[in-house]
Amino acid sequence: MIDRRHIGHVLPAYMVPVEAGRLRFFAKATGNDDPVYVDEAAARDAGHPGLPVPPTFLFCLEMESPEPAAMRELLGIDYRRILHGEQHFRYHALAHAGDKLRFEPRIADIYDKKGGALEFVRRETRVTNQHGALVAELTCLTVVRHG
Amino acid sequence: MAEPRYDEVQVGTVLPSLQAEPISRLTLALYCGASGDHNPIHVDIDFARAAGMDDVFAHGMLPMAYLARLVTAWVPQRALRSLKARFVAITHVGDSLTCTATVAEKLEGRTVRLALSVRDQSGIEKLAGDAVVQLS
Repeated sequence: MIDRRHIGHVLPAYMVPVEAGRLRFFAKATGNDDPVYVDEAAARDAGHPGLPVPPTFLFCLEMESPEPAAMRELLGIDYRRILHGEQHFRYHALAHAGDKLRFEPRIADIYDKKGGALEFVRRETRVTNQHGALVAELTCLTVVRHG
Repeated sequence: MAEPRYDEVQVGTVLPSLQAEPISRLTLALYCGASGDHNPIHVDIDFARAAGMDDVFAHGMLPMAYLARLVTAWVPQRALRSLKARFVAITHVGDSLTCTATVAEKLEGRTVRLALSVRDQSGIEKLAGDAVVQLS
């Protein structure tokens, strides 16, 4: 069982720069040929200051933590036993190439189902930009399989 | 394409669906690199087999990215208020995914909730989710 005292634990915050090349690579990898996501001129024509960060790429930037295993190590989770159960994004402002985003993750909840055979860890992460504006709130539900 | 207007969409309005290219090993390798999620279970068959799987399989966030593409093809991304997905089943190499969205609810403030789904070629649901978008 994962120790429930970790509920509310604040993980170290970190900054991640948004790079245009990564955004183009992500567009290619996800089959996105909408010029707004790959061509700076098209992005500017659509009113963006640069290539926009697509909706789910914030999760990828969240993984750019200098300590990507911080949560698993704190909770003592074997990553071969984990599944991504749910992912939720709430958007407040767009982010663009050139922005520096700050990620503030915390462990919001830990609970179990099926008599402890499945445990769930809900991580909530606030994302703000270099101007201090709230960009998004991410919720990641991790499932840990026992037995 | 003209942007949809709140007054013109109804509960049950179906958005243009998105048919993704069949998932290949190259798809998984590109997504591994581009996403920064280097969990070997998605690209290294030796690792996947040692972990008890028959083969590598897709990151759940890959079909979720397809759902985001479907929504941002309908409205500009600045209209997107939230996006949520439940990863219901594993997406395998060779799967041909179809993403669909239907207006499920008209909400306050000229926003609508879309019910989202990703299914494979056999109709098996892989992701279920919803999005809230702001319309004019």
